[in-house]
Amino acid sequence: MNRNCGLRIANCELEKAPNPRKIRFTQNQNTQQSPFGHWILVPGDYLGFGFLKLGILAILFLPLVLATGPLMGCQRSKPEITVAGSTSVEPFAELLAEGYMKNHPGSNIYVQGGGSTAGIVAARTHAANIGMSSRSLLPDENDLHPITIARDAIAVIVHPKNPLNDLPPARIVGIFSGQIKNWKEAGWESHPIVVVTREEGSGTRETFQKLVMKNEEITLAALVQDSNGAIRQVVSNDPHTIGYISLGLVNEKVKAVKISGVEPSVANIEVGMYTLVRPFLFVFDAEPAGMAKAFLDFVLSPDGQKLLEKEGLVPATFKVR
Amino acid sequence: MELKEKIIGKSLLLIALSSVMILGLITFFIFEQGIPLISKVGPLNFILGERWVPSKGEFGIFPMIVSSFWVTAGALALGIPLGLACTIFLAEWSPPSFAMVLRPAIHLLAAIPSVIYGFWGLVILVPLVRDRLGGPGLSILSGSLILGFMTLPTIISISEDSLKALPPTYKQGALALGATHWQTIWRVLIPAARSGIVASIILGMGRAVGETMAMIMILGNAVQMPSSFLDSARTLTTNIGIEMGYASGDHRQALFATGIVLFLIIMGLNSLAIFLSRRRMGS
Repeated sequence: MNRNCGLRIANCELEKAPNPRKIRFTQNQNTQQSPFGHWILVPGDYLGFGFLKLGILAILFLPLVLATGPLMGCQRSKPEITVAGSTSVEPFAELLAEGYMKNHPGSNIYVQGGGSTAGIVAARTHAANIGMSSRSLLPDENDLHPITIARDAIAVIVHPKNPLNDLPPARIVGIFSGQIKNWKEAGWESHPIVVVTREEGSGTRETFQKLVMKNEEITLAALVQDSNGAIRQVVSNDPHTIGYISLGLVNEKVKAVKISGVEPSVANIEVGMYTLVRPFLFVFDAEPAGMAKAFLDFVLSPDGQKLLEKEGLVPATFKVR
Repeated sequence: MELKEKIIGKSLLLIALSSVMILGLITFFIFEQGIPLISKVGPLNFILGERWVPSKGEFGIFPMIVSSFWVTAGALALGIPLGLACTIFLAEWSPPSFAMVLRPAIHLLAAIPSVIYGFWGLVILVPLVRDRLGGPGLSILSGSLILGFMTLPTIISISEDSLKALPPTYKQGALALGATHWQTIWRVLIPAARSGIVASIILGMGRAVGETMAMIMILGNAVQMPSSFLDSARTLTTNIGIEMGYASGDHRQALFATGIVLFLIIMGLNSLAIFLSRRRMGS
């Protein structure tokens, strides 16, 4: 019932509406020549020209908006920092940030991924207060201040069905460089080896290249996945794959192989037996100060280090050599 | 009120222009970032080079161009027959009640996010290909199958429109001359709607070339030149998608340069589709 009434009223209004509008429209056609009106109408008067002017106006306007955006962000008063970079360090940094924020209510730490190189660039360009890196700095990045917050091992992983438990470094190099193509050559059944690697630029890949492959190149035929988790996923699905991931992320679905009889474990890293180890870095563009320093102090404190150790990392205080 | 109307008109124009402006800005930045690297490496070395090793300064995207072509061809090999069969059934044979269910279902295919296609492919299709046919499973074949399904909505909806836009006299005339229903479809209707159907296939091709997320998950992303449909491969889009997170310097520019090549391919395909559908309108 109600609906019908509403409809009727709406119809009535629609029927009434055109009349007053028509009157107004005809009246205003005479006021076209007002000076204000003319100024506004200029772009439309010469059509091609008008488009151009409007375009220029919009182009000028856009950077203005883009430029003032970040400035407005700076005026926030809450103490906060941004930590960005390596996706390998990211989950640990999130844990640390959580711990820090619990102790310092009201402060905010934003943790973002993006990759080691992106993190180092972000620290240099001040896009982030702290950059995270899972590889050592390159020579041309030496102007930055890296601080090791922990060490992480890289484990070579295979499917649990794979009977091989131990591989010498030379064989690992052979497999990853594509010279050993069949599992038969490595002492298992006759089946092509499927090599899984990280993408170019990844901190994990760069560490693996530097410490294991040295001058040999990882085969171009290797499958490429863009995260530790994705490699673990692929290796756990296919019995004939081999890959490498962060030791902290090895679970029961994949098997970490011994390298020349040395098992990848925190104990072996601490005594320097397992050498496939890389630093997790916080990168600063200058001496850390303010809240960034407070966060760093927390990370290096016994509490922070214990948190990392519980997650399978080796504390920064151990000198690995 | 004329002043007000003009103001409204101009501000709408300004807003409409801003969308074109964004396109302009994106184009400008892709070219601005990518051109220096292409000229540094040399256009021929960049496009025809067979090795992509950014850490050693080797930027050759020929394997990716070839892979994009293979994956797209595979997708069309599945998408065209399936799409056309669906179109003909929908337009000519399907009882209206059935079409009312089938048509929205096909449109729904387009609404499924590509990451879902990718996930489904990874969990169901990849193990199937690996166990039945060999290879790593993450392969051109798996990618093509998934992409084939993803192009279906584009192919079906546009080619059905072009079939329906034909004057009814074509069909009536053919039937009156004694042709069977199938003869009418195959000899009269399809040839008459040909340009629209071809345009739909080209747009589907554009969709296939541009798909990224599902392909990152399914193709395996190896940078080698593929030698069979069971090999892992990397397309132009997945090259950008998988490496952008860590790329810097020349490597980053090389990804933008990959974007230029992709941009030109997609522009070419879309222009071809627009040209073909315009020709249909003209005739």
